[in-house]
Amino acid sequence: MARVGVFVCFCGANIADFVDVPTVVEEAKKIREVKFAIDYKYMCSDPGQQMIRDAIVQHRLTSIVVAACSPRMHEKTFRKALSDAGMNPYLLEVANIREHSSWVHQKDKKAATDKAGDLVRMAVAKSIANEQLHEISVPVTKRALVIGGGIAGIQAALDIADARIPVTLVERSPSIGGRMAQLDETFPTLDCSQCILTPKMVDVASHPYIELIPYSEVIELDGFVGNYKAKIRKKASYVNFKSCTGCGACWQKCPVKVPNEYNMGIDKRKAIYTPFPQAVPNKPVIDAEHCTYLLKGKCGICAKVCEKGSIDYTMQDEIIEREIGAVVVATGYGMWDAKPYEEYGVGRYKDIINSLEFERMVSSNGPTGGVPMRPSDGKIPKTVVFIKCVGSRDKAKGIEFCSKICCMYTAKHAILLHHKVHDSRAYIFYMDIRAAGKGYEEFVNRAQVETGAVYLRGRVSKIYQKGDKLMVRGEDAQIGQEVEVEADLVVLATAVIPDKGNPALARLLGISYDKYGYLSEAHPKLRPVETAKAGIFLAGCTQAPKDIPETVAQASACAAKVCGLFAGDTMKKDPMVSTVSREFCSGCQNCVKVCPYQAIVTEDIPLGHGSKEMRTVAKINEGVCQGCGSCVAICRSMAINLAGFTDPQIINEIVAI
Amino acid sequence: MEEVKEKIVSIEKPDLIAPPDWKPVIVGILCNWCSYAGSDLTGTSRTQYPPNIRIIRVPCSSRVDPWFIIKALQTTADGVLISGCHPGDCHYISGNYYARRRFLVTRELLKMVGFHEHRVQFSWVSAAEGSKFAQVVKKVTEDVIKLGPLHLYKKENFSK
Repeated sequence: MARVGVFVCFCGANIADFVDVPTVVEEAKKIREVKFAIDYKYMCSDPGQQMIRDAIVQHRLTSIVVAACSPRMHEKTFRKALSDAGMNPYLLEVANIREHSSWVHQKDKKAATDKAGDLVRMAVAKSIANEQLHEISVPVTKRALVIGGGIAGIQAALDIADARIPVTLVERSPSIGGRMAQLDETFPTLDCSQCILTPKMVDVASHPYIELIPYSEVIELDGFVGNYKAKIRKKASYVNFKSCTGCGACWQKCPVKVPNEYNMGIDKRKAIYTPFPQAVPNKPVIDAEHCTYLLKGKCGICAKVCEKGSIDYTMQDEIIEREIGAVVVATGYGMWDAKPYEEYGVGRYKDIINSLEFERMVSSNGPTGGVPMRPSDGKIPKTVVFIKCVGSRDKAKGIEFCSKICCMYTAKHAILLHHKVHDSRAYIFYMDIRAAGKGYEEFVNRAQVETGAVYLRGRVSKIYQKGDKLMVRGEDAQIGQEVEVEADLVVLATAVIPDKGNPALARLLGISYDKYGYLSEAHPKLRPVETAKAGIFLAGCTQAPKDIPETVAQASACAAKVCGLFAGDTMKKDPMVSTVSREFCSGCQNCVKVCPYQAIVTEDIPLGHGSKEMRTVAKINEGVCQGCGSCVAICRSMAINLAGFTDPQIINEIVAI
Repeated sequence: MEEVKEKIVSIEKPDLIAPPDWKPVIVGILCNWCSYAGSDLTGTSRTQYPPNIRIIRVPCSSRVDPWFIIKALQTTADGVLISGCHPGDCHYISGNYYARRRFLVTRELLKMVGFHEHRVQFSWVSAAEGSKFAQVVKKVTEDVIKLGPLHLYKKENFSK
């Protein structure tokens, strides 16, 4: 028979003032299974815990009830006291007589005491059905997968690899570098983006613990934390990277011209190309969608000019499989298409561009050699209008959220414009200036003072063409008047949106995403790096708009999380997970459908002992199970139970009231 | 179907006059991450509520088996409150949606066999809504007091 010990806490005056503690102890003693009951001033103190440890030994107790504060507060403390006394820590139950009784029924001591007595009885009843549980150990594969080779992915990969943990870095395009490689200079210091990024890119390529797989995508992820299996599709590059020297003869001679993604389509690249001169790896790939030879079987010029014979038109996509323990997702951002802004003439007027296009123009390795030019006639613009919040903070046409980085990069653009075209002037239409960050406000002030940029607070209502100029009509809310600016070029700071592939990737990884397509963190404040799925972490703009310092910080945080996960050879896990009784399982698979973590699979077992006929039963992966209990309640055969919250435990509680 | 549903009204009989010392018992089954934490906050902020509720902690509202509700009504409870995280906030991604659907079906069933729908109630209480939890408990308690003691299908009535 069960021998339960009950320990009732005064919690100083917190409980004792409103609950008659000795009465609760006397009530507890009346329960048949209770062999020992006592009260103490502070059960959580060392002497209090010592009382529990002594009583366990002295009275040969089989389960323990502590009536004190919320189990969310001290359950762990008391569990430790149990295990110190050589008892299984999960034989503990906590009756919450402080938060649920003494603190909320302060005007009625009798009712509070009665309730405390009931809560103790319920806990005793539950504890009798408690079982010995043991922490689960899950083996860990110490390799991380980083998806995306922008600055977030690069930083995460380098930090993890520096801890001597192997990393597989998967990048969709032919080179790592991401958006940051497209930037000219970075706010608020105006240091050259390429100058600070490319050394890191080279580090990635040469790091002994980093396996870089460019031009590839993750197509499948199975398993659970510490034990994932990833399938990566490496797109055919049609170039043998081993023999290719990156000399460039092929792309110089290639006759096919394709809009250049790196330069936002302002100029053309070839069908065999490296995205940009500092690309890592600096090896060309053939764009199969545009290559004449691959499409029509004619041409083959690149193969003819390649002295190394590295061109291989027969190359096929390759599936690479890797066993990994954790994933860092860093897929970055895209620019919102401003088409809904019809009044701006987006798509009608060539001289309206977005910020990333402007960034490429002012970049010294850009399509215009670092001097902004009007797309319509190639003239150097003297008056440039920047419009902020195009799509951002606009529920009607765009997206409700603030894109965060536009205020800063527009200030930067004003400065860069001034640096490149000295006699130019920038007009900036804005809603608010959001310059929260180290050195940010100063930077905006600098843009205003140094370049004479005119900041106009208000929205633009219309843009129309007059001669070769664009007339930008808007409101200056500070003087309450309509203003009109004759512009040579209009730059729209369009909203920062997540990568288009995010929803598909999220489904593939089994993580969630919000209505915009940003991947969701486990907790907006306290777990901003983790996802709800253990072992999958988020870095950079895949989660929300961020600037470079924030992205780098988050990427390093991801690396710390991964290193923490891999600190031991096994991971410890709470034993509150579901288990299936195969005898009772009817194989209906309702549990498989409701499990939010895909922790339940099916297996075939012999129908009877030695039988050749098979039947299907559910099988729960305890490494993946988070212990919600959805499967338990859905199971019609009552074949599943959740350790710590079994049916007998809960029913005991209900009946004991 | 809707017509049929409309015709099924609560047929719980006006109960025997409640004895003067009668105090209703409410069983509250709360999810660990939102509602239980919310009820703890009610305590921490010393918000007072009627002392009739007895709280049972489960990891997620989706753990609540209709059996628990029926068992509670059959043995000890005059009313049952189930509470979970707000839609979209479930610690276990989607558990509270299962809980909601299962609860609605259970309540329909209970109505059909004669329980008043106020005997079993459902609420969303987040970990930050200490005062909301107090209000919910108050409402459920008042509703149940109005209905009186529950004798319908109580085990003791059958053992006699």
